[in-house]
Amino acid sequence: MSAVYDWAIAPFAEFAFMQRALLGAVLLSISACPVGVFLMLRRMSLTGDAMAHAILPGAAVGFLLYGLEIVPMTLGGLIAGVVVALGAGAVSRLTIQKEDASMAAFYLISLALGVLIVSLRGSNVDLMHVLFGTVLALNDDALVLIASIAAVTLVALAVFWRALVAECLDPLFLRSVSRLGPPVHFVFLGLVVLNLVGGFQALGTLLAVGLMMLPAAAARFWTSRVEPMCLLAVGFGIVSCVAGLLLSYHAGLPSGPAIILSAGVIYALSIIAGTRGVLAARVPRNAHRTA
Amino acid sequence: MSACVTFEDLTLGYNSHPAIHHLNGAVRRGSLTAVVGANGSGKSTLMKGIVGLVKPMAGACKVAAGISMAYLPQQSELDRSFPARVVDLVSLGLWPRRGLLGRHTADDRRIVSKALSAVGLEGFEQRPLDTLSGGQLQRTLFARVLVQNADLILLDEPFNAVDARTVTDLVALIKRWHGEDRTIMVVVHDLELVRQNFPEALLLARAPIAWGEVGSALSAANLLRARQFHEAWNEDAPWCAPEGSGDHAHGGDVHTHSHDGHHHHRGAA
Repeated sequence: MSAVYDWAIAPFAEFAFMQRALLGAVLLSISACPVGVFLMLRRMSLTGDAMAHAILPGAAVGFLLYGLEIVPMTLGGLIAGVVVALGAGAVSRLTIQKEDASMAAFYLISLALGVLIVSLRGSNVDLMHVLFGTVLALNDDALVLIASIAAVTLVALAVFWRALVAECLDPLFLRSVSRLGPPVHFVFLGLVVLNLVGGFQALGTLLAVGLMMLPAAAARFWTSRVEPMCLLAVGFGIVSCVAGLLLSYHAGLPSGPAIILSAGVIYALSIIAGTRGVLAARVPRNAHRTA
Repeated sequence: MSACVTFEDLTLGYNSHPAIHHLNGAVRRGSLTAVVGANGSGKSTLMKGIVGLVKPMAGACKVAAGISMAYLPQQSELDRSFPARVVDLVSLGLWPRRGLLGRHTADDRRIVSKALSAVGLEGFEQRPLDTLSGGQLQRTLFARVLVQNADLILLDEPFNAVDARTVTDLVALIKRWHGEDRTIMVVVHDLELVRQNFPEALLLARAPIAWGEVGSALSAANLLRARQFHEAWNEDAPWCAPEGSGDHAHGGDVHTHSHDGHHHHRGAA
């Protein structure tokens, strides 16, 4: 029993930085995982990835002007993310180009710009911080930021839930009964950017999207309804965070990748063992019902 | 006779090619109209024009104030892989009443299950959408229209992929709506079905060919004229001259006009 305590509980009980990391990561899971579920259901999983790259130049400008400070980098990232989301959305809605292509164009430009700006002033270590995050060094500002983002996200999801579902399920219908379709799309993109920016301090721009997408993708293998899928994704997210932090503590691994790899393990297990996974589909069933 | 939808010299289309060309007239409140025509004759475009999904290139399409609308598209953009149940899809029909935030009451849930049994799908509430057959999905969408409880009902080929027995049920349902003083427009291909069940018909061949009592609208002569229309776009078709500016004036009576309008398209070929 005490071995379990030593291994799983003590690190969090003894070290404040572990508590902060846990709190930040759990808040991020609660907020980002449901957003990830909708990203996946709207077939925009790669959009999340693109948006994560897109916030880089904004964060980099913040870094250039103020150094490694959370507030300017976050604000910069938010602005860059919104500009790219609106720009790509506008191109896809106003021209013949589909959103995947316009998004790719915008984020590639954004990424190149971001790396360029960071390298103007910083070292490779700084670049690594921005790209991969430092969940073990979350300060009060960062925690407050993540908590606020989680609160905004949950409220927005609750308010727009029905419209979000309708927009995914039958966009033409939503357009015929309501004008909420396009605004909901942008509210949703806003939430994506917000959560990526929140995750960026902890996990970095590149891995923030991992905590958003992997639990959601794993949850898809277990249920065929949206509400349980979101809850399950949050659960998977939290488990990944705890497991990742413990792994990084005991094995001396970098925490961001450890968290994302834990989520990856859950995803792999879900593919195989999920109720809608490979095994369930492949196991031959000899008995069948009459109707 | 009050108009529910009024077309004023309405031209709808895509990339400056008309799909509906200079349509005039009004859909009476409480009327039941079949919209008939060949593939590409503009039936679906007209429906989209009334809903507002396609904006007029010229003229106007006016829906009377305070009219609620339900629209069953021919090709819905429904995502069948979305994790939802039949009841979730049909409940979307409550949107006009409950909107974004209104709670769905026990009454609402009763309305939803009544609508499902009206289309012969009782007990399907919990079924995931991706387990439905094509016809069952169509009936589910029909149930959603029922739930919407609208004044103006637009059905674009609602009988697609639906078996004969269900078609009979759905037609009975449409007739019941008609009795409830709703205005209904239905795109149908089966002329026999139209003759037997619809009081009025609008025959389209890009331009309107005939509109009125079903027997005379679908007369042999009208059907022949409708068949002569050219489905393909003519890339070099001349620009349609504005009203009254020369040889092809477009105002006036639908029936005499459609001759000229028709020939003027073909003449350019």
